[in-house]
Amino acid sequence: MSFCRCLALILTALVLAGCAKGAPEEKARAQGGIYGADTLVTGSIGEPSNLIPILSADSASSDVAGLVYNGLVRYDKDLKLEGDLARSWEVSPDGLGITFHLRRGVKWHDGHDFTSRDVLYTYRVTIDPKTPTAYAEDFKQVQSAQAVDDYTFRVRYAKPFAPALASWGMPILPAHLLEGKEITKSPLSRSPVGTGPFVFKEWIPGQRVMLERNPEYYEGAPRLSRYVYRIIPDSSTMYMELKAGGIDMMGLSPVQYQRQTNTREFLARFNKYRYPASAYTYLGYNLRLPVFQDRRVRQAITCAINKEEIVAGVLLGMGQLAHGPYKPGTWAYKPKVAADPAYDPARSALLLREAGYVMGQDGILVKDGKPLSFTIMTNQGNDQRLKAAQIIQRRLKKVGIDVKIRVMEWASFLTNFIDKGRFEAVLLGWTIGQDPDLYDVWHSSKTGPKELNFVGYKNPELDRLIVEGRGTFDTEKRRACYYQIQEILAQDQPYTFLYVPDALPVVTSRVKGIEPAPAGIMHNLIRWYVNQ
Amino acid sequence: MSTPFQQFWQRFTGNKFATAGLVVIVALFVLSLAASLLTPYQPDAIDAWHVLLPPSAEHWFGTDELGRDVLTRVIFGARVSLKVGFVAVGIAVLIGTVVGLFAGFYGGWIDTLLMRVVDIMLCFPTFFLILAVIAMLEPSIWYIMIIIGLTGWMGVARLVRAEVLSLKSRDFILAARVLGASDLRIIFRHVLPNALSPVLVSATLGVAGAILTESALSFLGIGVQPPTPSWGNILTSGKDYIEFAWWLSLFPGVAILVTVLSYNLVGEGIRDALDPRRQ
Amino acid sequence: MANYLIKRILMLIPLLIGITLITFTVIHLAPGEPVEMQTAMSPKVSAQSRARLREFYGLDKPLYVQYGLWISHLARLDFGRSFAPDNRPVLDKIKERIPITISLNVIALILEFGIAIPIGIMAAVHRDTLLDRGISVFVFVGFAVPTFWLALLCMYLFGVKLSWLPISGIHSLGSEHLPFLARMGDMAKHLLLPVAIATFGSLAGLSRYMRSTMLEVLSQDYITTARAKGVKERIVIYRHALKNALLPVITLLGFSLPGLIGGSVIFETIFAIPGMGQLFYQGVMARDYPLVMGILVIGACLTLIGNLLADLSYALADPRIRHGRG
Repeated sequence: MSFCRCLALILTALVLAGCAKGAPEEKARAQGGIYGADTLVTGSIGEPSNLIPILSADSASSDVAGLVYNGLVRYDKDLKLEGDLARSWEVSPDGLGITFHLRRGVKWHDGHDFTSRDVLYTYRVTIDPKTPTAYAEDFKQVQSAQAVDDYTFRVRYAKPFAPALASWGMPILPAHLLEGKEITKSPLSRSPVGTGPFVFKEWIPGQRVMLERNPEYYEGAPRLSRYVYRIIPDSSTMYMELKAGGIDMMGLSPVQYQRQTNTREFLARFNKYRYPASAYTYLGYNLRLPVFQDRRVRQAITCAINKEEIVAGVLLGMGQLAHGPYKPGTWAYKPKVAADPAYDPARSALLLREAGYVMGQDGILVKDGKPLSFTIMTNQGNDQRLKAAQIIQRRLKKVGIDVKIRVMEWASFLTNFIDKGRFEAVLLGWTIGQDPDLYDVWHSSKTGPKELNFVGYKNPELDRLIVEGRGTFDTEKRRACYYQIQEILAQDQPYTFLYVPDALPVVTSRVKGIEPAPAGIMHNLIRWYVNQ
Repeated sequence: MSTPFQQFWQRFTGNKFATAGLVVIVALFVLSLAASLLTPYQPDAIDAWHVLLPPSAEHWFGTDELGRDVLTRVIFGARVSLKVGFVAVGIAVLIGTVVGLFAGFYGGWIDTLLMRVVDIMLCFPTFFLILAVIAMLEPSIWYIMIIIGLTGWMGVARLVRAEVLSLKSRDFILAARVLGASDLRIIFRHVLPNALSPVLVSATLGVAGAILTESALSFLGIGVQPPTPSWGNILTSGKDYIEFAWWLSLFPGVAILVTVLSYNLVGEGIRDALDPRRQ
Repeated sequence: MANYLIKRILMLIPLLIGITLITFTVIHLAPGEPVEMQTAMSPKVSAQSRARLREFYGLDKPLYVQYGLWISHLARLDFGRSFAPDNRPVLDKIKERIPITISLNVIALILEFGIAIPIGIMAAVHRDTLLDRGISVFVFVGFAVPTFWLALLCMYLFGVKLSWLPISGIHSLGSEHLPFLARMGDMAKHLLLPVAIATFGSLAGLSRYMRSTMLEVLSQDYITTARAKGVKERIVIYRHALKNALLPVITLLGFSLPGLIGGSVIFETIFAIPGMGQLFYQGVMARDYPLVMGILVIGACLTLIGNLLADLSYALADPRIRHGRG
C-alpha cells in the first residue's frame, strides 16, 4: 500500500503541476504561509447564486450578502429595530412619512462615499418592473421617495403601513456602480461592493467565497480577519470537516446535537448553541384542486397527523409544535387557539366520512370512484422535511389516505412546480419575519404566478384583517387582528402547521465573544475574536 | 460419460469462491421471497420515539432514523435491490441479444449501422445519461430499472455479435441453411442457444452493476423513493451517522458488498467453467 | 499510417452526429418546454426574453429544425447560457471545472493500468493458486463496495480519527501563498483519497481482462515451444507472452474513461471537488438544460478523443496496422 501511496503522491503532483496557474512566489514569501487562527471558516451545502441581494432568494446568497451590505435599519440582538446606515429617523405625526438621517463618513468598499443617492437608487431599482426581484412588495407601498440632501432621505406612504420602517432593512446597493446599467448583467453579482463589515475578496466556484475584514467599517473593524464560506455539498462530509478542523462553524442536525456531540472531547473543542429558529415548517395544500377545496378533508388530514410524533422523531424534541404562522413567545403569537384541530384519528375518519369518502377494498378511501391519494413534494437537501413527510405518509395511510413523496431540487421545484401550480401538497418552511404582517403569504391578491400565496388561499375576512393589521401602528389593535387571523387559519387549515424547529449552531471554542441572544448568535459577529 | 451440464457443474463447484457466491445468491432469493415471514415488523412501521437504537434482542440490526427495524428493511430491501438488478439486466440482455444477433447474422449495412449505435452509446458516461433521464422524468423504481437497462445493453450486443460471427461459418449452421431453414429459425434454434453462455456471464455481472447503480442514485437522492426500502436508500440514510449509528450503514453496506461480490464470483465461475481451454 | 489516421478521423463524424442526436433526444424526454424554466424565474421580463430564447432555440419550429439550430450553435462552440440564476455561458462554467475532473481521471486511469496489469499478470501466472483467488477477491471487493460508503469510511478513518489526510476540497485554505512544491504536496494530500478509491473501484475489469488475455497467450503454441526448448519461465512470461498480451489492453484505455467520468459525480459530491461531475449533478437537478446538454456532448467527445488516442497508440504498437493495412 505504501507503494501505491507514493505513486499517487508523485503522479498527483506531476500531473497537477501541469494545469496549475503560475505561482506568485514572491507574494508567498511576503505573507509567510497559511492564514492565521483569526480566520473563521463556515460550511454551506449550497453555493450562493447571486450576490446582489434583491436578485437572489437562496439562503447561501443572503448569508454572504448580509456581511457585505448594510440596510438603513436592522434588528438588534433583542429583535428591536435600530439604526444601521441611518443614524436616526423621524416618523411624521400622521405616521405616513419617515425621514432618515444617514450616517456620514460611511464608505463603499471601493472608497466612494455612501449617500442618499444610493438609497434612492436601491428603492428605484427594486420597484422597477424590469428588475426580477421577489422583494418589491413593501417598497410599492411608498408614495414618494426623495433624497433631500446627501444625508437625508425621506419617504411618504399613501396610507398607514406598519411594516414600513422594517422594510428599510433591505441591503442598500452602490448607485455609482449600478445606475444606468442593467442590474441583471452587473459584475457585482459575482463580486459585490457594499458598506458592510466584510469586504468581498474572492469567489472560487464550487469551492469557497472569501471575505476580509473591512478596516474602514463604521462600527470599527471586525476582530476576525477573514470570513470564509466553504461549499461542501454533502452533509456527512461537512460534519466530518467540522470534527477534523476543516470548518469552524455549522448548523447541527438534531441527531448530531443530541447524540453525537456530547463527548468531553467535542465539548472542549466546540461550543453548541440552541434557540428557537425564526421559521416554521408546514404541509401546504394546493387549494385549486377539488379534493383540497373541501375544508373537512384538510381538517381531517391535520387530525390524522400527530405533530408530537414529528417533533419527537424529526427534531428529537428540539422544537415546538406550530399551529399558526408565528413563533411562540412573540407578541403576535396566540398561545391557545380554540379552533386548532388536535391529533384525533377518530375525528379524522368522521370528517372524511362526512366529506363523502368511503373505505375502498385496498384500504384507501374512495369518493366518486376516485381514491384519496396525493403526492407531497419537498425540497432536496433538507433531511428533516423528508423525515416529516415519511411520518405523515405513514399516519395518513392509517386513516386511508395514500401519500407519495417526491424530493426536488429547490430552484427547479419553485419554477417548474410551485409557480405553475403543478403540485398537490408541499412540505416546506417559511421564515418568520420580525413584523407579523402576513400580506405576502396569505392575502388573496398574492396568488399569482411567482407570488408567495402559491397554495391559492382566498378568504375575504382574512384579507380584511391583514390589511387592518398592517394599516395601524397601535400594537394592541394589531395583536387583536393577528389573534383572529390565527383562529381563522386554524379553522380553515390551508396549511397544516407542523413545527418551529430549534436552531442548533456550533462554533469552535477558539472563537470568543459570542453572545447568544433572542436574535441568535450572528448579531455581534464583528466582535467575535480569537485569542492568539 | 456425463452430460455437458454435469461437466459444467462439476467444474463450477470445483471453484469454491464461485460456489460460495451461488450459495449467497440463492440464500438471498429465499430471504427476499420469505421476507414477511422472517420478521415481526413491517418495513415502514415508524416509531418516532425510538429512533437510532443500537442492535438489541428486539431489533437485531437496531433501528433507523425513523425508528424502523433495520433488519426488516434490509430483508425487504433485498427484494427491491434484486428486482432492480434483474429487470434492468433483463432489458439490457434482451436489447443486446437482439441487436447482436441481427448485426452478426446479417452483416453488411445493418451490422455497420447497429455497431455505430453501439459505439455512440459507449461514448457517453453511462451514469450521466441515467442521471439526466431520471432527474428529468421522476425517480420511480420503474424508470430506474428501464433506464439502467437501456444504457447497459452495448456489451451484450458486442458479445453476441462476436459469437454469431464465429458460429456463422460452422458446419451445423451451414447445414441448416442448406436444408432450407428460415433466417429466424436459424437464429433462434441454432445461433442463439450457442451464444447464450457469454450472455449469461455478462448478465450475472450486469445484475451486480445495476445494484451498485441504484445505490449511487440513492446517494444522490434520486434512487428508489421512500417508504420503499432499498439497500441503496438505507445506506444513504445511514451515511450521516456513520460514526455513532454504525448499524444503519454497516448492514446495507455489507449486504451490497457481499451480493455484488457474489454475482461477480459466480459470473467468473461460469466463465471459467465454460472455458473450452479447460476441457 | 496517414491513411489510417484519416480514415479514423473521418469515422468520428457519424459518431459525433450520433452523440448530439442522443443528447438532444434525452433532453426532449423531459416534459414541458425548456424555456419555461428560465422565463419563469422572472415573469416581468418574460415576454421579451422569452421571445429571444424561443428564437435562440427555435422552439416554435419542428424538432428537426431545432436540432439543426442547436448543432449550428454547437459548431461555433456556442453552448448557450445556463438557466441557473447566474445566467453565465455554459462553456465558461464547464471550462473552469473540466481541468480538475480530467486530471483526476487521468491519474486514476494511470494508476488503474499501473496496478491492474501487474496483478492481472500475477493472477494468470499463478493461476488457481491462493494468490490468484486472493487477487480476484481483492479487485472484486473494490468493485462491489458502494463508493460513497467506502469514501465516508476512509474520510472518517484517515481524516477524523487519524488526522492524516484532509477530508474534502482540493487544497487547504491559503495554500496559494505556499511555495510551489508545498502547494503541490497540499493538493496531492487532498486528492489522495478520491484517487485511491476511484482506482480501487476500477481495478476489477482491467485486471480480470489482463488475466484472461495472459492465460490465452500462455496457452499458445509458441509459448509451449519456448518452454519445451528450455527457455527460462521468467523469460517466457515477461519477454514473449507479455508483449503479446499487452497489445489488446491498449484499446481498453479509451473505454475506461466514460466509467471513470460517470463515477466522478459521486466522488466530486462527497469530496467537495469542484469538477464537472458535481456541476452536471447540479445542472440535472436544477433542469439546467443547456448545461446538461453541454456536458453530455463534451463528456462523450472526451471519450471519443480517448478512443482515438488509444487506437492510434495501438496502431503505432501493432506493425500490421502501422504498415498501412488498416
